[in-house]
Amino acid sequence: MRKRKPKLAVWKFASCDGCQLSLLDCEDELFAVAGELEIAYFMEASRAVVKGPYDLSLVEGSITTPHDAKRIRQVRRQSKYLVTIGACATAGGIQALRNFRDVKEFMRIVYATPAYISTLEKSTAISEHVKVDFELRGCPINKRQLLEVISAFLQKRKPNTPPHSVCVECKLRGIVCVMVAQGVPCLGPVTHAGCGAICPAYDRGCYGCFGPKETPNIYSLGRWMKSLGSEDEELERVFHNFNTYAEPFRDFRASELQRRETQENE
Amino acid sequence: MNSRTIKVDYLARVEGEGALYIRLEGDRVADVKLKIFEPPRFFEAFLRGRDFLEVTDITARICGICPVAYQMSALHAIESAFGLRIEGQLRALRRLIYCGEWVASHALHIFMLHAPDFLGYEDAIQMAKDHPEVVQRGLRLKKAGNKIMSFLGGRAIHPINVRVGGFYKVPTKEALLELRDTIQRARDEAVESVRWLSTLAFPEFEQDYEFVALRHPQEYPFNEGRLVSNKGLNIPVSEFDDHFIEEHVSHSNALHSVLKGRGAYFVGPAARYSLNFDKLSALAQDEARRAGLGEVCRNPFQSIIVRGVEVLYAFDEALRLIEQYEPPDQPFLEVEPRAATGFACTEAPRGMLYHRYRLDENGLILDARIVPPTSQNQKTIENDLWQFVPKRIDLPQDELTWKCEQAIRNYDPCISCATHFLRLEIERSPKDRAHAKETEASHYRHW
Repeated sequence: MRKRKPKLAVWKFASCDGCQLSLLDCEDELFAVAGELEIAYFMEASRAVVKGPYDLSLVEGSITTPHDAKRIRQVRRQSKYLVTIGACATAGGIQALRNFRDVKEFMRIVYATPAYISTLEKSTAISEHVKVDFELRGCPINKRQLLEVISAFLQKRKPNTPPHSVCVECKLRGIVCVMVAQGVPCLGPVTHAGCGAICPAYDRGCYGCFGPKETPNIYSLGRWMKSLGSEDEELERVFHNFNTYAEPFRDFRASELQRRETQENE
Repeated sequence: MNSRTIKVDYLARVEGEGALYIRLEGDRVADVKLKIFEPPRFFEAFLRGRDFLEVTDITARICGICPVAYQMSALHAIESAFGLRIEGQLRALRRLIYCGEWVASHALHIFMLHAPDFLGYEDAIQMAKDHPEVVQRGLRLKKAGNKIMSFLGGRAIHPINVRVGGFYKVPTKEALLELRDTIQRARDEAVESVRWLSTLAFPEFEQDYEFVALRHPQEYPFNEGRLVSNKGLNIPVSEFDDHFIEEHVSHSNALHSVLKGRGAYFVGPAARYSLNFDKLSALAQDEARRAGLGEVCRNPFQSIIVRGVEVLYAFDEALRLIEQYEPPDQPFLEVEPRAATGFACTEAPRGMLYHRYRLDENGLILDARIVPPTSQNQKTIENDLWQFVPKRIDLPQDELTWKCEQAIRNYDPCISCATHFLRLEIERSPKDRAHAKETEASHYRHW
């Protein structure tokens, strides 16, 4: 007798929908995935809802409301294996820029009647609320890597998503370094691989969609970028983007870079 | 008097999180609320203080389904502030990447989100069991759209290659021609798809809408034109703020947009089509007529055919743009920031998308305003339901609920854009209410 198909659930929190769209963008593989997994809960794609528990939960989006903070715990309770997909779920997303500011001021800017809005002070990653079994990086995720995570789950092995830098991907593609050859500031040396070095292939510097790689040296890169003409404010902005709340990007301050430089000169 | 509710707590097959609540008293509709509970993300707030070159990367993240639209409205608004006009091949390439997004977004909605309603399937995967060739063809169309976006933009979701002044890198003629075969095949399949869409059954439902869209003297609109309507609006984009206002209502995390003194209006494919039929390619016009569409489409359920016609047009236009392409001398024009305010409307797949930015002399954003198509359509969606439900009040609860969901999906609401979340509730008599409660309970059980 054929074994029961594992049940897949796709959950959404504060996000742009792009990461779950990556699954629907697997035009050639979608039916193969549906053949191996029962798509049990995927509101963007289906009205049909199959009750939990779920064998594999893919979670998109960050936690920004009291309701969602409760809901993610319910999702965790029903999920055997929980994978976060994308920068929002993994690091809090671009909406985590609020974490450095007064959220009440933000509400006043966007909404005429802020009293109608219920929101938390911070936008946080799923792992700050519940145990996460695997985190897939990217803003957006790479659909090849998503298929790798699903395949690895089905084969009961660890997904192969290398934690090295975008620089390695550039070298693998044979792209000439934009920073060395053209003097273009690039976050590639500190950014997690996964996109396939798209920006350098289009003559622009990496802007950090996949967040920090393992053991990044952000201040060393900051110094190099400064030597190419980047201003202090510009440096702070580039680290504070889609992965602004991921360590160590979260802590990058131009003042700290200055302190380190002064210390070295002494 | 008996009061009852129709409700859907979490509307499926839309982008984002929303719900619908309808209260009936006897045979009369007493209340309709399209609720958006997608959590707010405050883009307008954190755009303040960012550099003009970062804006397109940031606004793309408002919506994974239509990032190009958010990039295009942002670019053109900032360029208008700096007094920069993008002409020639750079302008053509922007049209081309937008064609890719229309195709990918429309094909997703037609085949995966909306068609299953017409045929009574919960989703496209179930529909594919009985109609494999239709769904597979739809996926091939979607893939061709994504291919155009990835080629020009580096990737289909949050493309990286567009910038204020032009592109980071422009393709060679040879490289661009490699897309031609794919697009030609896809155009043929788009014709097949329009013919298939015309065979669906459409509820009888026509409304006297005020359609609003861009109109350009030579082209079907993407990035440029005046804002016009079928009821006398005809203004430059810079006057948007004088004619449209946004209201904040308690049941929605998205602002409701209305035309001053006139109320609700309709944006999106059916508005674009009805105001610009004469600008479609001959092939798209012929297939639209053959599918039984007039030059104006007032039945929102038929917007699924209009999307099919726009997919066909987008492929036709993409081929034209590719064939006339000659690489520009430089990928982007030099940009001189200045302290100014800029405005732009472009036609996102779901309709007109307005951006306004005020910048300082260094090109930093002082304030931003973004009005997405779904928030503009919210009131029209609610109005449709006020009119749609009374004639169908005798339908069984489940069927009526599904029909209401379908009526909402006519607009392909993107709640991620408008902010994100749709709940649907339809209130009925006490007896039915017990049933509804049960349904609701089962809905929440797996949470």
